[in-house]
Amino acid sequence: MTQTHEFEVIIVGGGGAGLMAAMYASQGAKTAVISKLYPSRSHTGAAQGGIGAALGNSEEDHAEWHTFDTVKGSDYLGDQDAIEFMCLEAVQSVYDLEHMGLPFSRTPDGRIAQRYFGGHTNNVTGKPVMRSCYAADRTGHMILQTLYQQCIKNGIRFFDEYHVMDLLIENGAVAGVVAYELATGELHVFRAKAVIIATGGYGRIWEITSNAYSFTGDGVALTLRRGIPAEDMEFFQFHPTGILRLGILITEAVRGEGGVLINDKGERFMERYASHVKDLASRDVVSRAMYLEMREGRGIGGKRYLYLDVRPDTVNKYAEADGRTRPDGSLYRVTAQEILSKIPDITDFCRTYLGVDPVKDPIPVQPTAHYAMGGIPTDKLGRVVVDENNTVLPGLYAAGEVACVSVHGANRLGTNSLVDLIVFGKHAGIDAAKYAQGASLQPLPDDPTAYTQETIHKLMTGDGSEKVAEITRDLRAMMFDHVGVFRIEEGLKEAQVKLEELKERYQHVCVRDQSKQYNTELTNTWELGNLLDLAQAVTVAALARTESRGAHAREDYPKRDDANWLKHSLAWMKDGQIVLGYKPVTITKYQPKERVY
Amino acid sequence: MSQATLKIYRYNPEEDAKPHYDTFTLEVEPEDRILDTLEHIKGYIDGSLSFRRSCAHGVCGSDAMRINGHSRLACKVLVKDLDAGEILIEPLLGLPVLKDLIVDLTPFFDHYKEIMPYLVNNDPPPEKERLQSEAERARFDDTTKCILCAACTTACPPFWSNRRYVGPAAIVNAHRFIFDSRDQGTAERLEVLARPDGVWRCRTVFNCTEACPRGIRITKAIAEVKHAIETGDLTTFVTPVEEE
Ligand SMILES: Cc1cc2nc3c(=O)[nH]c(=O)nc-3n(C[C@H](O)[C@H](O)[C@H](O)COP(=O)(O)OP(=O)(O)OC[C@H]3O[C@@H](n4cnc5c(N)ncnc54)[C@H](O)[C@@H]3O)c2cc1C
Ligand code: SF4
Ligand code: FES
Repeated sequence: MTQTHEFEVIIVGGGGAGLMAAMYASQGAKTAVISKLYPSRSHTGAAQGGIGAALGNSEEDHAEWHTFDTVKGSDYLGDQDAIEFMCLEAVQSVYDLEHMGLPFSRTPDGRIAQRYFGGHTNNVTGKPVMRSCYAADRTGHMILQTLYQQCIKNGIRFFDEYHVMDLLIENGAVAGVVAYELATGELHVFRAKAVIIATGGYGRIWEITSNAYSFTGDGVALTLRRGIPAEDMEFFQFHPTGILRLGILITEAVRGEGGVLINDKGERFMERYASHVKDLASRDVVSRAMYLEMREGRGIGGKRYLYLDVRPDTVNKYAEADGRTRPDGSLYRVTAQEILSKIPDITDFCRTYLGVDPVKDPIPVQPTAHYAMGGIPTDKLGRVVVDENNTVLPGLYAAGEVACVSVHGANRLGTNSLVDLIVFGKHAGIDAAKYAQGASLQPLPDDPTAYTQETIHKLMTGDGSEKVAEITRDLRAMMFDHVGVFRIEEGLKEAQVKLEELKERYQHVCVRDQSKQYNTELTNTWELGNLLDLAQAVTVAALARTESRGAHAREDYPKRDDANWLKHSLAWMKDGQIVLGYKPVTITKYQPKERVY
Repeated sequence: MSQATLKIYRYNPEEDAKPHYDTFTLEVEPEDRILDTLEHIKGYIDGSLSFRRSCAHGVCGSDAMRINGHSRLACKVLVKDLDAGEILIEPLLGLPVLKDLIVDLTPFFDHYKEIMPYLVNNDPPPEKERLQSEAERARFDDTTKCILCAACTTACPPFWSNRRYVGPAAIVNAHRFIFDSRDQGTAERLEVLARPDGVWRCRTVFNCTEACPRGIRITKAIAEVKHAIETGDLTTFVTPVEEE
């Protein structure tokens, strides 16, 4: 039995972006949030290091500097109008979060504490600047909790543990979504004038990842299937410091507090790759340097990992060598106690999973798949745009990691995702409510759940000669090898062939659990279908882009090629194949230059 | 590689009149998380085994369950952390079991909502941030860590015997606001907690503190809330005494 619900605005996803959108949409429209997890389980809660905003609480800083750093970090692929908007709005947004109750760490004079982060600089001196506003090393946790608390205060309607499987479009406009209720196995149709997709990223495509099990790209996959392109899919960020094998993130804040990367010879090798900011270079730069070190046999014991060293002696030694000072001009020196108080969660992860105490031993790390720069194309108001001319699809919005505005271009700076969620979540919410006031509900198609039912039926009745777990494992290993930090034509072509094989194998899986209630085997299987589609879009877009830019590093095309490639890619799914198109990058103040850190 | 045997609580309401246990034996590494072993069973042995999980590193609160009788996050317990021998996996106690290791969290979140888990401050906000000293911020630092995993409340004997008791998790979250210098909802919150099903049901058993995967000193937080109700004093730090 399918139930039908009616709202003005439906938000899919209860993470930072979704909850922010809900807060603002609900002020002007009848709103509900649908989430496959309890909102407090969303991956925003895993964010550690901080949210960037030029508050200037500890030293001089300006939104314009934040803008330029973001443009440069994006390797000039970010749209400069959107970046400027985000960096200006960031300041008020952080104050808004504080007013909502977010318990930021504090400066000695009681203001929001800020710390260093990769790629954020004083544009005059070129030195790192304290721009990342933080709550210890659980900033995302505090954002998620604070927004969820405010949603409770404001009586927002939630449908928890409902898995959205399809988007309904009628007469060229949004009509609603179809969701599968985990507790009952029933399908629900949610009619809405506007739908905001805020389902997060898709790092589960890769073997070593910082991303949660639930980060399966559902939002991008379902819009792809409904004829909406995905933008800049070849750009996926590998964060330099994941815990060896597990991929669990060690925030960049550890390097912000003075930690350094060390190779097997005990060298601080980042000096050779980024002589100005060293360990605080952009993530793409650091991850590549780590790969090169390991390739040269300088991984620890010759193996494929390096050390992140945040022991006080090491920190103090390099701080002195760098001439690093405190805001009051005194020499930067830390004690073990100070380090532990700034990174309590990281300390706990290291002790729990590695048996390593970060103030006594170096932490074994390797690059880990972390963040999707690409996603559903939107404009500054979060409206989804569906072609080269940025034509808006009425009523459809996207915000957060699932969206590509694009403010991150080819490489996101640390702390800029949380800014993105808050700024664009808010504006998507405001605009969706405004749109809903002037729009009417679209009629439903004759059988709104047809596609969902058919697909579920297929998954439940397959011949079962293939296992979801095996396909998932093979997909992730293959993508990590061929479509990881470095890419090359042969590898990408091989990945394409392998993906065809994996997709064929997927036709033979069967969900053995035939029960209705909490059939998580079914939802896992559905999610694998999404990952396969997205892996294909990533690979095809990466093969086509014959240059290196930001996180997309082609060994066979090591240079950035602005003449041919200063453009966003758009990937459409047509009859199971990816078709590419391109659209220009918006450049306002900053002409592309060589990127040196 | 070595072998581990997991004995797991099973209940599928669509098929089973009552719960039973299934036993699985598999190859494990000492560093494997219990969550990894459950994923392996689900992926390769029995796809119907049902549990919640997401982050896999102890920050989302999805996979609280009983492991060898203790409320734990499956992603934060490694095989090598447990004594040799069979590993017993069961759902949290005190909440209705919906399927296998999945419990109904509605009563848990309802209690959370009762204590007004949000900042109350009706003054117009300043242009920039509200100021708060480092010491004021430190006052409630511990209780900001809660991930709403429910391990504490479901390890609490008074909660087992009376499910109307708000439970430790709700008190932890009340504490987070009561001791926040920016909050103005303290009187109302303390009133809720002073009711018969509020803090006074706590018998200082310490199970909650033992269960908390975030290392929150829950019993201490509860003692501070009790002290605040009795004296109106929000500044004294209280150390609870263990009951024999
Ligand atoms: C370990 C880690 C550390 C990080 N640290 C930082 C940092 O310090 N600073 C920074 O700026 N960024 C950081 N990031 C990045 C940032 O945290 C994420 O990009 C961001 O939180 C994503 O937020 P979101 O709202 O888009 O998605 P999420 O918070 O993941 O929310 C997605 C929501 O969508 C729901 N959902 C998904 N699919 C469906 C579906 N099919 N149906 C219904 N609901 C669905 C989920 O239930 C969830 O509620 C970090 C990321 C990780 C993984
Ligand atoms: S206080 Fe600890 S055990 Fe209780 S819900 Fe919060 S995190 Fe879980
Ligand atoms: S899966 Fe997130 S806490 Fe264990």
